[in-house]
Amino acid sequence: MQPDPTQAAPEAMLSVRGLKKVYQTDGGDVEAVRNLTFDLRAGELACLVGPSGSGKTTLLKCISGLMAPTEGEVLLSGKRVSGPPKKMAVVFQEYGRSLFPWMRVRDNVELPLKNQGVPRAERDRLVDEALEAVGLSHVPRSYPWQLSGGMQQRVAIARAIAYQPEVLLMDEPFAAVDAQTRADLEDLIRTVWKKLGITILFVTHDIDESVYLGERVIILSSSPTVIQEDIAIDLPEERDQLETRSLPRFTELRHHVYEQIQLAKKGDRPAAAGTPSAGPTPAAASGADVA
Amino acid sequence: MSSKTLASGAAAPSVERQHRQVRKMPTKQLLGLAGILGFLLTWELIPRLGLVDPNYLPPASEVIAALIVDFGLTAFWVAVGETMKAWFLGLLMAVAAAVVLGFIIGSSNFLRKATNSTIEFLRPIPSVALIPLAVLMFGVKIESSLLLIVYAAFWQVLIQVLYGVADVDMVANNTARTYGLGRMARIRYVVFPTTLPYLMTGVRLAAAVALVLAITAELVIGSPGLGREIALAQSGGAISGMYALVLATGLIGVLINMLMRFIEKKTLSWHTSVRSEVFV
Repeated sequence: MQPDPTQAAPEAMLSVRGLKKVYQTDGGDVEAVRNLTFDLRAGELACLVGPSGSGKTTLLKCISGLMAPTEGEVLLSGKRVSGPPKKMAVVFQEYGRSLFPWMRVRDNVELPLKNQGVPRAERDRLVDEALEAVGLSHVPRSYPWQLSGGMQQRVAIARAIAYQPEVLLMDEPFAAVDAQTRADLEDLIRTVWKKLGITILFVTHDIDESVYLGERVIILSSSPTVIQEDIAIDLPEERDQLETRSLPRFTELRHHVYEQIQLAKKGDRPAAAGTPSAGPTPAAASGADVA
Repeated sequence: MSSKTLASGAAAPSVERQHRQVRKMPTKQLLGLAGILGFLLTWELIPRLGLVDPNYLPPASEVIAALIVDFGLTAFWVAVGETMKAWFLGLLMAVAAAVVLGFIIGSSNFLRKATNSTIEFLRPIPSVALIPLAVLMFGVKIESSLLLIVYAAFWQVLIQVLYGVADVDMVANNTARTYGLGRMARIRYVVFPTTLPYLMTGVRLAAAVALVLAITAELVIGSPGLGREIALAQSGGAISGMYALVLATGLIGVLINMLMRFIEKKTLSWHTSVRSEVFV
């Protein structure tokens, strides 16, 4: 069944339709994104990977309503995105710049709610819960810059959670934290995602991370960007940093994504841009050895 | 999407008092005190040894004695009050005008480009060049002082506010936008705090300049205040008294600077220039 390109699938939470972005510069037009179409189901956790310069940030800015696409559109629950939508939160890579240094941790998390006019009692509850969820209920009076990088990104995640979004966009959120913190934060995202049932689009350049985190990995081609491949990650639901990463299936998927990105870098483009592929054949009894 | 599934009834947030007292080296204060004493001693000796005619430079002890006498005179405090009144009103008017205009000009690319050359032309005009104009317009009144003070202080603050408004971080601004903060909310929660350190610098510089211009106006135009008292003391041959008044203006300058530093420290505790080391 071919979906109507102007109409999102009814169950789609987030829908990107024929998105194209051309930047007008002094040196002429630069086509950053050529044609992107994909849907995210409600409650899905999808990772978006692509070679550097593949227009990931451009795409995210268009989805979050910070920038208008040249052509095509973004739909959130069927409604066209024309500015930053209320049901969406974004976690940026640069936590140090995204958190306001002049506000304490608690005030940072509370600000979007305050701005929306959420009553005080409700606000307090949401902020407490969000800080609790990211394991930071002990530092509400600190300033963000008094915390480590990983903790700062947790504050940014808490702020996003407290905002109660339906869709959470994450722009390479863990690119600037150390490997151990990154592993903890990856598991935190899985936990939060399961608890809240929100839709997450996680942009990363880290292939391992995309396979480990996602239910699905969308691979972008090099610029001008189309979808190189869209694969389902058939790893067991319970992910564990050691167990999951040592599964043969994990290695297979990682290889596959890696190969695709290498192809994308060389300029190889899919025959029919935007057609989801079935991905590699799922290995039999994958994850059978995981209790 | 509800977060009811999250653990509710979170433990009361432990209030963490972070005492981040930086212990000042006592030697630093001692050295500073020694410097002042050394200066006074040199000052005392130069006229006493006859290196300079004591009629032109009385010894420090005489000047300080004259200053202490001044402290007991109502006329002295009236003059101080006049000077401080001109200083404060002038500074207040300059800051208010510069903040309002700075935010308006700074938030519009068009206005910034359109006003840039005019600002760069008007800014270097020394305020004292306006003395004839001030006398023509207001005569020997506080308004004359105010005109000079406001003109000199205004540019200091305006330039800083313009820098501050232009320094708003793109990521911070985008974050605010994605969380639905409108234009006014962004000015309040993002642009203003970003500008505040610049504004404080501008106000501190302006405060010093405003005092200079207040004294100058009184001295040259003769509007009431310490400056006029200095001129009167000089023409009356009260040399020690004149030096005492000069010393008094210096003390006011020091006090103003201390006050500004204190305010800066209080309002900018979060800023990199003030905050102490990361503790986690």
